[in-house]
Amino acid sequence: MASPDAAAPPSASSISGTSRRGLLALAAVVALLPLALPNNYTYEIAILVGLNAIVCVGLNLLIGYAGQISLGHAGFFGLGAYGSAILAARYGWPTPLSLAAAVAAVALLAWAIGRPILRLKGHALAMATLGMGIIVSVVIATEDRYTGGPDGMAVPPLGIAGATLAGERAWYWVVGGLLVATVWLAQNLIDSPRGRAWRALHGSEVAAGAIGVDPARHKLSAFVLSAALAAFAGALTAHYAGFITPAKASFLHSIELVTMVVFGGMASTMGAVLGAAVLTTLPQLLTVFKEYEMVMLGAVMMLTMIFMPQGLVPTLGRALAAARGKPR
Amino acid sequence: MFFRTLLAAAGLALAFAAPAQEPIHIGSFLSVTGPAAFLGDPEQKTLELYVEKINAAGGVNGRKLKLTVYDSAGDAEKARAFAKRLIEQDKVDLIIGGSTTGETMAVVPLVEQAQIPFISLAGAVVIVEPVKKWVFKTPHSDRQACERIFVDMKARGTTRIALITGPGGFDKSMRGQCMGVAKKHGIEILADESYGAGDTDMTAQLTKIKNTNGVQAVLNCGFGQGPAIVTKNYRQLSIGHPLYQSHGVASKGFIQLAGGAAEGVRLPAAALLVADSLPGSDPQKKVVLAYKNEYESRFKSDVSTFGGHAYDGLMIAVDALRRAGVVDKAVVRDAIENTRAFMGTAGEFNFSATDHVGLDVTGFRMLEISGGNWTLAR
Amino acid sequence: MSAQLVQFLLTGLTVGAIYALVALGFAIIYNASHVINFAQGEFVMIGGMATAAFVESGLPLLVAAPLAVGGATLVGIALEKLAVEPARGAPVVTLIIITIGASIFLRGLASLIWDKKIHSVPSFSGETPIRFGGATLLPQTLWVLGATVVTVALLWWFFNRTLTGKAILAVSHNRLAAQLMGISVRRVLLVSFGLSAALGALAGVLIAPISFTTWDVGVMLGLKGFAAAILGGMGSGPGAIVGGLALGLIESLGAGYLSSAYKDVFAFIIILAALIFLPDGLAGRRRATERV
Repeated sequence: MASPDAAAPPSASSISGTSRRGLLALAAVVALLPLALPNNYTYEIAILVGLNAIVCVGLNLLIGYAGQISLGHAGFFGLGAYGSAILAARYGWPTPLSLAAAVAAVALLAWAIGRPILRLKGHALAMATLGMGIIVSVVIATEDRYTGGPDGMAVPPLGIAGATLAGERAWYWVVGGLLVATVWLAQNLIDSPRGRAWRALHGSEVAAGAIGVDPARHKLSAFVLSAALAAFAGALTAHYAGFITPAKASFLHSIELVTMVVFGGMASTMGAVLGAAVLTTLPQLLTVFKEYEMVMLGAVMMLTMIFMPQGLVPTLGRALAAARGKPR
Repeated sequence: MFFRTLLAAAGLALAFAAPAQEPIHIGSFLSVTGPAAFLGDPEQKTLELYVEKINAAGGVNGRKLKLTVYDSAGDAEKARAFAKRLIEQDKVDLIIGGSTTGETMAVVPLVEQAQIPFISLAGAVVIVEPVKKWVFKTPHSDRQACERIFVDMKARGTTRIALITGPGGFDKSMRGQCMGVAKKHGIEILADESYGAGDTDMTAQLTKIKNTNGVQAVLNCGFGQGPAIVTKNYRQLSIGHPLYQSHGVASKGFIQLAGGAAEGVRLPAAALLVADSLPGSDPQKKVVLAYKNEYESRFKSDVSTFGGHAYDGLMIAVDALRRAGVVDKAVVRDAIENTRAFMGTAGEFNFSATDHVGLDVTGFRMLEISGGNWTLAR
Repeated sequence: MSAQLVQFLLTGLTVGAIYALVALGFAIIYNASHVINFAQGEFVMIGGMATAAFVESGLPLLVAAPLAVGGATLVGIALEKLAVEPARGAPVVTLIIITIGASIFLRGLASLIWDKKIHSVPSFSGETPIRFGGATLLPQTLWVLGATVVTVALLWWFFNRTLTGKAILAVSHNRLAAQLMGISVRRVLLVSFGLSAALGALAGVLIAPISFTTWDVGVMLGLKGFAAAILGGMGSGPGAIVGGLALGLIESLGAGYLSSAYKDVFAFIIILAALIFLPDGLAGRRRATERV
């Protein structure tokens, strides 16, 4: 996890060009995808992909670049979702305000708990974040007066002054735009001095410290940012679906999020997006296997990781580069 | 009415004219895997079994039934995506499904918006209160279970009880309903304990209840393996008070799991579990015995009331389709709402514009486990 | 009042012993490969479910239980051979995702081979409760505690007195050096996965008569075992045992004296505190400082 043999981030020199191309490609896909979406169900899947991708791009900053594992980000996702839902549904806050307040509160919380737990390394950090996530999900499932308990609660739609954001198509453009913006933000951060500090941490914390990078501060910034993005996507998911259950805050969802990041390719923003896309769509495609669905999902995960240990995007990128290099 | 009959006649005529018509498409999303798999599994089997049987007998209104089932794995978001898939992509004519309350409630806004009849198989009372135009359900509500239990407790002179609740939605919802109606029935709740998902031992909670002064009976709101562990621990600690379980354990599996410890446990459940010992005069006997024999001979495993909910849902839909004569969603919805005196495994259904569960408390029989089997309690 | 405490302690120790066995499995694999094996819980499931299936098909428990543990051991070895070994040299987090995939795969397979129902396994020696200091315990509790003690003793002997055990320890201390001394790391990995699987399956067999077993019972037990392993200090054998027992006791005392709804929260708060204030675990020893 934080170990030095984890996927080394690409060197800084190649980043800008590749990332700009990636961003353009993503924007093009978002713009053109509706041509291939025949109905609202396919839009629904595309929206879920977008929302998960926003979480994964943030989580990738933490895992892929700063080299810190988190098995508790579903907790932040759930807190964002429930925070905004409760403020809007139970206290009548306008939804944009409840959403902003929930995200801000989660960022603050992540800052407060990040300070002690980010001193931990590797499996200890994995456990600490896992424990934190479980605490959140138990509280959400237990405090049913506010949260509706394990059966979940209804969430008001997102809107300002009577105008609500409704319908899959409208949501598609909002989520698509937000995803492109998130990727743009992430890539700029990665290319900034802060991003270089994160990558230095990933390589070796001790070495990074020796050259003047303050490990605690930079780890914390990646942690807070990724938590805020998870909370943001969580709140959006809740308002979009109109319903939220504690399953979205559960340990299994945390694992799912990390899997998306690693599957797509650590230290690759496009990898995080692709990982989210594949693993969100896969269960929908695997329904043709009926009772063999779980076996197939497990097998696909194992085989991909065995044959593409660096994840989809880095492996495919390298294969592409090799193919282009050969003819000459 | 005349118009409807005309439509029905037209439908019938068409049925004869064009035998190779499109099938009537029934969509379903069930917790076939995940923590509520023991609900979704018999539900899926029941739907598949009876769709096959109905088709073998010529279908409905001359049209075959087509069934599409997705596994929502107890996850509300998945349930929502699959419901959208059923509505938008598969273009089903009606939906029967939703093993758990969370999955059902996540889908309710979609079916209301798409205006498609939806028969839920989940328990909580929030599904039908307030009444939603397109949403019906076949199991008894958890509130009715609480009331049936409290009536039985009062009849046996018990007024002070302890609750122990599991981690699931069914469990917590029932706990909330029981606490809500306790006062009305003169029941006082002295202890309120719970256990978590995957817990292997509940003796700590039960020891606490045992040492609470004044407790006369214990009610376990839960389903799955939790209640079986509670029952075993209860006997291990030799707590003398009567133990009540919910309708969530209403399958033979519970008795097999809890073994001797299950003796004397009381619970409210549908007549299905005591099909053999119902008096011949019981109007439900024919229906429940037929379903039980059919299911058990096909799948070689004991029938549960959960599969019964799916049976009721499918048969109510088929009955409504037959009466409607057409597969127009609004007409079918009205026909479902007009279901009267329909005998199902859960009891007699009488839907109305204000009641979309259609069962009264009399459908619940109070059962006691005795000699390793369900018996009608007296 | 003290009878109540005795009851809580007995409950905690029983559950804790199971957590300890699962935690030992985590520790052994972690030591040999630095992988946190998220499929560890599935071995517990296989142990319980296979025993239940064998018993239901008419085999006596005395045959069914060892068969189940043996079967799980083979699954563990197959997991190493077919999924971990081919990914040699991959980043550790990739290996972890492989084990997550394996756990989904095994769970799906179990639901196909067996079913999704809850199964029971007969108690090893009856169900008549034994009175003890005002509390009661089931005979199966004695089996759980006894088997755990015997297993720990056997493990101690294995790691300290046999060549294979010492080889595993050597690899966990310094892989390269061990390799240079002629130890086959591949064999060590195979043995570690097999041993971990056997421990998990044993836990599954022991607990099944108390808490039943299903196709997805491994999720929560795996999680608790992982927590116990970390609480005790990942990679430490005695730590896994101390961590398991401590976690079981925290849960039962928390449920008994504080709030049963929040007992898991107490457990994880204590784990968080332990991680922050005792970063090397309850039984931890300081590790060498990190080198650049």
